[in-house]
Amino acid sequence: MTQYKMHLLVCGGTGCRASESELLFQNLKHEILNKGLENDVQVITTGCFGFCEKGPIVKVMPDNTFYTQVKPEDAIEIVAEHVIKGRKVHRLLYINPETEQHVSDSKHMGFYRKQLRIALRNCGFIDPENIEEYISRDGYAALAKCLTEMTPAQVIEEMKKSGLRGRGGGGFPTGLKWEITSKSQADQKYVVCNADEGDPGAFMDRSILEGDPHSVIEAMAICGYCIGADKGVVYIRAEYPLAVERLKIAMKQASEYGLLGKDIFGTGFNFEIDIRYGAGAFVCGEETALIHSMEGLRGEPTIKPPFPSVSGYLQKPTNVNNVETFANVPVIINKGAEWFASIGSEKSKGTKVFALAGKINNVGLIEVPMGTTLRDIIFEIGGGIKDGKKFKAVQTGGPSGGCLTEKHLDIQIDFDSLTAAGSMMGSGGMIVMDEDDCMVSIAKFYLDFTVEESCGKCAPCRIGNKRLNEMLEKICEGKGTMHDLDLLRNLSHVVKDTSLCGLGQTSPNPVLSTMDNFMDEYLAHVVDHKCPSGQCKALLQYIIEPENCVGCTACARNCPVNAIAGERKGVHVIDQETCIKCGACLEKCKFNAVFIK
Amino acid sequence: MTKITSLADLRRIKSDVEVKMNLRERSESPESMVQIRVAMATCGIASGAKIVMDYLVNELDKRSIPAVVTQTGCMGYCYAEPTIEVTRPGQQPIVFGYVDSKKADQIIEKYIKNGELLDGIIPVNYENIEGK
Repeated sequence: MTQYKMHLLVCGGTGCRASESELLFQNLKHEILNKGLENDVQVITTGCFGFCEKGPIVKVMPDNTFYTQVKPEDAIEIVAEHVIKGRKVHRLLYINPETEQHVSDSKHMGFYRKQLRIALRNCGFIDPENIEEYISRDGYAALAKCLTEMTPAQVIEEMKKSGLRGRGGGGFPTGLKWEITSKSQADQKYVVCNADEGDPGAFMDRSILEGDPHSVIEAMAICGYCIGADKGVVYIRAEYPLAVERLKIAMKQASEYGLLGKDIFGTGFNFEIDIRYGAGAFVCGEETALIHSMEGLRGEPTIKPPFPSVSGYLQKPTNVNNVETFANVPVIINKGAEWFASIGSEKSKGTKVFALAGKINNVGLIEVPMGTTLRDIIFEIGGGIKDGKKFKAVQTGGPSGGCLTEKHLDIQIDFDSLTAAGSMMGSGGMIVMDEDDCMVSIAKFYLDFTVEESCGKCAPCRIGNKRLNEMLEKICEGKGTMHDLDLLRNLSHVVKDTSLCGLGQTSPNPVLSTMDNFMDEYLAHVVDHKCPSGQCKALLQYIIEPENCVGCTACARNCPVNAIAGERKGVHVIDQETCIKCGACLEKCKFNAVFIK
Repeated sequence: MTKITSLADLRRIKSDVEVKMNLRERSESPESMVQIRVAMATCGIASGAKIVMDYLVNELDKRSIPAVVTQTGCMGYCYAEPTIEVTRPGQQPIVFGYVDSKKADQIIEKYIKNGELLDGIIPVNYENIEGK
């Protein structure tokens, strides 16, 4: 076998592919061939490195050089300089924003220093389309160990001891879920992988499926062994084409090797996996709605009980786990429950993947031990707030979560501490906001999303959220009253308490948490008719400063609604009643006479 | 394709691809193993650095010594090419000059395995900013 001296790892995640990493990969291959280095240097596509902010990423092994924002045409220079002459291409190295110095390798990047990668262990390290690379990282060893050395009860016991909790949002103990499903009596049971990742801004499940699909397949088979199921189904959004493709390749390879199919490891255990596509409805992340969608019915939730563990897919006992949860399973079996339980906080074990987005320097995917503080995540790993602005809040848990502020920065994040602080873990989306964001508008943004995504089956969610949204709109327009604020809070509680499923039970959270933490902003909108961060258009006023106005008439000529009056060479005035706040006058004025109040 | 029917089968595949993956596995924790940098600038390559690098990579693997071999640019000792810099875990790097396959063999056997010094060491005449 050829022994390569250098590996060039090119990120093949969706983010980097959108910035032409595929072409970059081909160019690198081509250059290597051109220079006759194909026996010395191997070019490999991997899954997501997590540092999406600066993609496409190329990592050079063995010296750990980390190149960022590499363009397809940079391939020639990388090969000529780094590969042949051993000189790093300086201009492509990551620059530490604090010291403004080039960082030569990933070991010295703040972004990676505090991370601990368990679920993402293989993402950005192996070629996801090559099962052998997965096997070389102890892949399928956990399945072999379970099938040949352990009884289902022992595996479940191990899972319970590990303290792994569902990473999809609920935080239900995984071992316990498996145990309940294993105890249901039926001729057929199912393992379902919930890959219907719907939170705006969260993409960990997609990255795992794109970067390490075999870990999910292996874990589903282990789960099948434990609960007595020989069929697994992955429910995945059709809008994740790359994840689907990689998953299919992985399933094919696993079947060819006999790691899926009949009589796995000669133990008589059979397991097959199917794929079902979702159309991208947020509510289908809820397990009962997901199951209905899989059956070809409308994606609507039903009341629990009966829980899916008793009557799920096709009325058979079904165990539903999320992608990230599954990705943790093989490691727990290989390294042992004690090892896993030694990581994390008291009640939340292991690590959690977070998707950092919003006004933060290092947008991307990170994995940290449970119990890491928000401050570490945002300022150490995330590199702080963009453009040196001030941190205002961070929304965790997507549209079902709440916002946390400055005073929460030192909370050690886990399932329970986030709930106690009025937010939730959710699937791990983190949207960071700075001083320019209006919190009333943020609450409205999330409500817009839930109104759109509500399935409409139950009245509190269908009508209640719509009314909440209308009230927020009224407040954003400066027409809200103090009575509206009371109504907003009351109705939020009603929607929370009476909705059928998790979607409605959590959708008012952004409203309640912004009211709790930023009441002053609500009051500014209602009492003073002002938006402190200048985001709510209706509350702005475009004014012409008479001293600066020279009467050039540029503003008046460009005003689409003829709201500006004034003689040539005389001072102009904007009629606030007619003004639609489009900003055209501000743009056209060459004398800085137009400003926003 | 042969089916995998036992843990032994998995291990066999693992050891087959290990050679290939080791490069990546080891560079995850280079501090814990021997690191060798081969000066591969024009002068080095002209004096045979590439052959030395190939030799080191293959021999270290054959002798099952976990090591990370990387190439680097000119170290400035052009008179003594090919040069290599060897860092044993927790120790200061040592630079060897005039390295050919025979010399490389001695370096592996004496210095890398046992920490014995041998002739041909070039005194390091610079400080590295990494340590600063």
